[in-house]
Amino acid sequence: MKVLVPVKRVVDYNVKVRVKADNSGVDIANVKMSMNPFCEIAVEEAVRLKEKGAVTEIVAVSAGVAQCQETLRNAMAIGADRGILIETDVELQPLAVAKLLKAVVDREQPQLVILGKQAIDDDANQTGQMLAALLNWGQATFASKVEIEGNAAKVTCEVDGGLETVSVKLPAIITTDLRLNEPRYATLPNIMKAKKKQLDTFKPADLGVDVTPRLTTLKVEEPPKRKGGVKVADVAALIDKLKNEAKVI
Amino acid sequence: MSKYNAPLKEFQFLLETVAPIENLATTSHFADATADTVHAILEESSKFATEVLDPLNWSGDREGAKRHDDASVTTPKGFKTAYDAYRAMGGMGLPMPQEFGGLGLPRSVVTLTDEMLHSSNMSFGLMPMLTQGAIEAMLLAGSDDIKSTFAEKMISGEWAGTMNLTEPQAGSDLALVKTRAERVSDGSYKIFGTKIFITYGEHDWTENIVHLVLARTPDAPEGVKGISLFVVPKFLVNKDGSLGARNDAYCVSIEHKLGIHGSPTAVMQYGDKGGAIGYLVGEENRGLEYMFIMMNLARFGVGLQGIGIAERAYQRAVAFARERVQSRDVGAPKNPSVPIIRHPDIRRMLLRMRSQTEAARALAMATAYAMDLVDSTDDTEVKKVNQAFVDLMIPIVKGWSTEMSLEVTSLGVQVHGGMGFVEETGAAQHMRDARITTIYEGTTAIQANDLIGRKMAREGGVTAKNLINAMRVFADSLDGESHVHLKVAQKRLRDGTDAMARAVEFNLANFNGNVRACFAGSVPMVKLFGIVCGAWALARVGMQAAHRSAANHADKAFYEAKLATLRFYVDTIIPEAIAAADTIVNGAEGTMALEEAAF
Repeated sequence: MKVLVPVKRVVDYNVKVRVKADNSGVDIANVKMSMNPFCEIAVEEAVRLKEKGAVTEIVAVSAGVAQCQETLRNAMAIGADRGILIETDVELQPLAVAKLLKAVVDREQPQLVILGKQAIDDDANQTGQMLAALLNWGQATFASKVEIEGNAAKVTCEVDGGLETVSVKLPAIITTDLRLNEPRYATLPNIMKAKKKQLDTFKPADLGVDVTPRLTTLKVEEPPKRKGGVKVADVAALIDKLKNEAKVI
Repeated sequence: MSKYNAPLKEFQFLLETVAPIENLATTSHFADATADTVHAILEESSKFATEVLDPLNWSGDREGAKRHDDASVTTPKGFKTAYDAYRAMGGMGLPMPQEFGGLGLPRSVVTLTDEMLHSSNMSFGLMPMLTQGAIEAMLLAGSDDIKSTFAEKMISGEWAGTMNLTEPQAGSDLALVKTRAERVSDGSYKIFGTKIFITYGEHDWTENIVHLVLARTPDAPEGVKGISLFVVPKFLVNKDGSLGARNDAYCVSIEHKLGIHGSPTAVMQYGDKGGAIGYLVGEENRGLEYMFIMMNLARFGVGLQGIGIAERAYQRAVAFARERVQSRDVGAPKNPSVPIIRHPDIRRMLLRMRSQTEAARALAMATAYAMDLVDSTDDTEVKKVNQAFVDLMIPIVKGWSTEMSLEVTSLGVQVHGGMGFVEETGAAQHMRDARITTIYEGTTAIQANDLIGRKMAREGGVTAKNLINAMRVFADSLDGESHVHLKVAQKRLRDGTDAMARAVEFNLANFNGNVRACFAGSVPMVKLFGIVCGAWALARVGMQAAHRSAANHADKAFYEAKLATLRFYVDTIIPEAIAAADTIVNGAEGTMALEEAAF
């Protein structure tokens, strides 16, 4: 069985991001970039499935600027067999990414696509679901456990009330949650081997996909600074403040 | 507690300046060391250091290693698991040849991964360091049988290694080694004797430990020319590679030490139950010679420990200085209290820590790069010149980086004030851990003797003079630079090289006649060379920083910080080198004047 694992290059989780002075976005010049942690979990899960014998080939795919190659090499160092880069400098939004991924799925014919549930930069949490809709495949989102059982995947999903176990027929989409696994460290020999693995590059046009953004960013601002607290005299004063100042009750 | 963050940006910059890795990747020897691969390896190693090793550093210090009645030793909680992860990562094979299962990466890269190991957890880092030393010795002089039976399993990290030189009566002077090796009819030897200060002589990380032991055969000549090197495994190895009988090599105790508590330092007893089976490495009586070739790398490695621990102490001190609010700004008595990092003396201390660490690192990287040139070039002249530079630098990288780490870690405590004196902040641990680095693998005095004797006087100072010339040529090349900090650095660097020239002349003039005067100033010579060569390395980096800053590089702030650090260093540290030169030239009489009985 072939698995496709989309991976996204994002600002490293350790970086304290800053809003650009003109409020047009977040400043990502010269900040450390790395693989979205949820995508790392997706790669790790695919590698574990391969180690169990349930999967024969893992194809990592990324869409974005040329440097996404590094992210793909990282995925290959963890254990993906080859990589596909869809190279573009255009700002990619979830629907465009889902369409690109659909085109890759059509070419590659995987039985399973494992994605991170969301990326830590824009937190959209949409690509996996949109891809499932475009492909008309079943989806199991926020997975914390995945087992392949014949022609289906038994997936434990994290839902508001707790855990929900679903069986989804293959081919299918799975999106990963934090508790699914703990990604391994890429071994240093594998980092070196990853350099020699196959990496194909396409442009969105090669795949016949229009990636023009559908949404326009009007303004990006930092969250309001936390104001100092005040002591209230009694409960009545507290209720009054909550009602009339904070307007939360 | 502050978390260790590897200075990856600086590492990257060094790989573009004093150790231009892209030149190495064009050679067949280091073809795999392309910039992106190296970048990925440094990233992954830094994650491992920050996430796995750093959190165990303090707990490992508190808990320490323990020996049990059955002669087994356990390391602190979490160390074995961390080693399993390190081994799985393939860390041990990083610098080892690919034909034996290593990665064959350049020393310029391994220098940085080693620094991260020691920064995050020096007690842990000692085991790979010593094992790699043992592997190097085996690859250098061992038979094919020794390489395939032992070295390969050590390169994969499956087995560990140790180095057994010291004995109670034989410390710096290895001529006094007494451990005996008796020939056995099957070609092996039986080893009898006691070895002390054996780092990771016994532990719970691997199923076998391969000891390299210096010993004398019965008819060996006296002194250093009669010492042979033996492989003595904890468990004998069967023909099929499986483990056989327990060898007669036991840990009889471990030391209570000032620092590196997580690392067991063993007293090893060989042959109390009839003789420990050993196998000769290379030829009889050439053991010390093999050891010394390997020793260069070991000494360089200890220098990296100094740099690593200094970096860690600096990071912790900065974190504290940003947080700790105490007193108002000088000159602004009406303002509210400020974080202590605003106070000029705290800045002075932090900059002493930072600038010396960066200078030592840049110098170590320049040295590592020269080692890589030696390994990868076919040009015999290039090989010769670079090897001579490396040989000269080894006692400086070892001696100066470690002495520097004592000052830096001590300042780290000072920045913390009273909080630094209590163990909970972690600053004191760095000071205690650093303390061994000027002692093992040859004390600072041993490095200094090597520098003024073997590396300088014996060859008439050729390499030292060439180096001084190269530094003067570099200083001249700063003529066209406009950055104010570089201008100042140029002048100070010239002052520094003049001081070096003066001291070298003194050494050469007195070595054959008044040699005790030279030795009285040998350690100041290490300091003088360290500081000025460090300035040279730092200024080479600074020159590139100025170019990038002038071109309005997106990371201008980073490059300006490099230049500001250089400025502090040349203004406040170089004067100490000039003072060291005065000490060398004028200090001998005072050093020797006091009657021995008057001490």
